[in-house]
Amino acid sequence: MPAGAAESTTQLGIDFAYLVTGVCFIMGLRYMNTPKTARLGNTISILGMAIALAATGIVLDWPAAWWILSIGVGAGAAVGIYAARAVKMTAMPQMVAIFNGCGGGAAAMVASAELLKLHPGTAAIPADLAITSVLTAIIGSISFTGSIIAFLKLQEVMTGRPITYPGQQVVNGLLALIAIGGLVMVTLNIDTLPAFFAALAASLVLGVLFVLPIGGADMPVVISLLNSFTGLAAALTGFALGNNVLIISGALVGASGTLLTLMMGKAMNRSVANVLFGAFGAVKKVEGGPVGSSGSGVVRESSVDDVATMLAYARQVIIVPGYGMAVAQAQHSVRELADQLEKKGVEVKYAIHPVAGRMPGHMNVLLAEANVPYPALFDMDDINPEFPRTDVALVIGANDVTNPDARSSPASPIYGMPILDVDKATQVVVLKRSMKPGFAGIDNPLYELPNTSMLFGDAKSSIDKLVSAVKSL
Amino acid sequence: MNAFHLLSELTVFVLAVFVGLEVISKVPATLHTPLMSATNAIHGIVLVGALLVAVVATPALGPVLSILVVFLASLNVFGGYVVTGRMLSMFKPRQTAPPAATDGSKK
Repeated sequence: MPAGAAESTTQLGIDFAYLVTGVCFIMGLRYMNTPKTARLGNTISILGMAIALAATGIVLDWPAAWWILSIGVGAGAAVGIYAARAVKMTAMPQMVAIFNGCGGGAAAMVASAELLKLHPGTAAIPADLAITSVLTAIIGSISFTGSIIAFLKLQEVMTGRPITYPGQQVVNGLLALIAIGGLVMVTLNIDTLPAFFAALAASLVLGVLFVLPIGGADMPVVISLLNSFTGLAAALTGFALGNNVLIISGALVGASGTLLTLMMGKAMNRSVANVLFGAFGAVKKVEGGPVGSSGSGVVRESSVDDVATMLAYARQVIIVPGYGMAVAQAQHSVRELADQLEKKGVEVKYAIHPVAGRMPGHMNVLLAEANVPYPALFDMDDINPEFPRTDVALVIGANDVTNPDARSSPASPIYGMPILDVDKATQVVVLKRSMKPGFAGIDNPLYELPNTSMLFGDAKSSIDKLVSAVKSL
Repeated sequence: MNAFHLLSELTVFVLAVFVGLEVISKVPATLHTPLMSATNAIHGIVLVGALLVAVVATPALGPVLSILVVFLASLNVFGGYVVTGRMLSMFKPRQTAPPAATDGSKK
C-alpha cells in the first residue's frame, strides 16, 4: 500500500469500487436463476466489470504506457467481439474453451510478472507471494494449454478420440512433481528463476498431456473443470497482487466450474477422476465384443413416409437431441418439424440429457437458437416418467444417453449411468448416420428392440424430408 | 503481518466460494451454457491484474509480453460478455415471438 495520505485515500476509493464490482458479479449470477432475468444479470455483470476497470485506470501510468494499454485492449476487444459475433452456435463449446484459455494464460502471466518484478532485488521473495504466484502460474498454464487442446479437439482439428500411450500417467505424474518441486524451491528461495521456469514449462506441457487422453463425449466435464481452474488462477492472482476483486471473482468462477464438473460427473455416474484418467472411449478397449446385447440382432430400417405418418398421428412425441444434431446443424429443421406436428395437434416435448453434447446445457442453447421455447425443454428427471405415455420418441443423433444397457446390463461399461428411457415409448425412431457404435464404442441394444425403427442418413436432410412428408399428409 | 494479511484474503476467498456455490446451484440446467460463458467473462477480471502489471513505466515482462497479457485478458472479457449476451438473447418463453415467415418460405 502507498504511504502518502492522498494516495491512500485514492486506494480506499478504488477498493470500494472493487467491492461494488464483487456485488455486481454476485447479483449478475443470481439473476441467471431464470431465463427471464438472465439478460439483466449479464448487464449487471458488465457494469461491474466496467467499474473495476475504470477504478483501476486511476492508478495506471498513462503517460509511460498508454500505448501498451491501447494496443492490448484494442486488439483484444476487436478480436474478442468479432469472434463472439461470428461464431456459430454449434461451435459454442470451443469458443468458450478458447476464451477460458486466454483468461488462464493471462493469469499465469500476471503472476509471473509479479514474481519477476521482485526478483532482481537481492532481498528474498516473501513466502506468501512465492506460493501464490507460482501456484497461479502453474494452474493458469495448465488451463491455458489444456483449453487450447480442448479447442482443437472440439473444432476437430485433431481427433476427438482419446489419445493414449503407455506410461501416460507416469509422465503426467513426473510433470506434476516438477511443477510442485519448482513451487517449493521458489518458496525456499533456491535457484528461484530456473526453478520458476521449470515449473512453468512443466505446467504448460502438463496442460496438453492431461487433455489429450480425454474423449469428445467427456468434454462437458473437462470444459467445466478448465473453467474452474481459470477461476482459481484468477483468485490466486488476487492473492499475489493483494487484490480483493480478483479473489472474489475468481472464487465465484471456481465454485461454479467445480459445481458443474461434479454435476456432469454425476450425470454420467462416473467420478471426475475416472473421466480425467480413464481415457473412456479409447478404441482399443471394447471388452469381449458386444456387451450384453440382449436384442435379436435384427435392426429394422424405416422410410421417411412411414415415420412421418407415425409422427403425425401421434398424441405425444418426445424429441431426444444429441451431439449428432449439433454436428448436422439440424436444430432449425427440428423446430420446423415440431411446428408442423403441433399444427396437427401433436404434443411435442424435448428431453435433454445433462451430458448431451459437448458442454453443459449445449442442447438447450442450440434449440433456443432455433426459437424453441424453453418451457418445452425437459430435464431427464422430469421427462423420464413421460416416456411410457408417449407414442413416439424421436432420437436425433443421441446414442449412449439412450442405451438401455446402462440400466440393465452390469457388464456394460456405462452401467449405472442415468439414461433417458426412450425404449419405454410405444415407438422409437432413431435418426442416425450409420450403424457405427456411438462415441463410447459400445453397442446400443435399443436399435434391436422390436419397437425401434431406424432412419439412416444425415440428420438435417432426414428431418427436412420428414417436414415435407408431414406437411403433405 | 504477512500471515494476517494472507488469512484475511483467505477469509474473503472462502466466503466467496460459499456464495458462489449457493448462487450457482440455483441456476437451471437450461442456462448452464450461458452460465459457463458468463463465469468465463467474469474471470476476465484478470484484466485488472494485467493492467496493473503491464501498464507501468517499466513492466516486468517487457513491452511485447505486456501487450500480450493485456490482449489475452481483454479477449476474455469482451469475447466472453458478447457471446453470453448473444446466447441469452435467444432464450424465449413460449409464444413471445412466433418467428415471422418461417412457415413455408424456408427452403
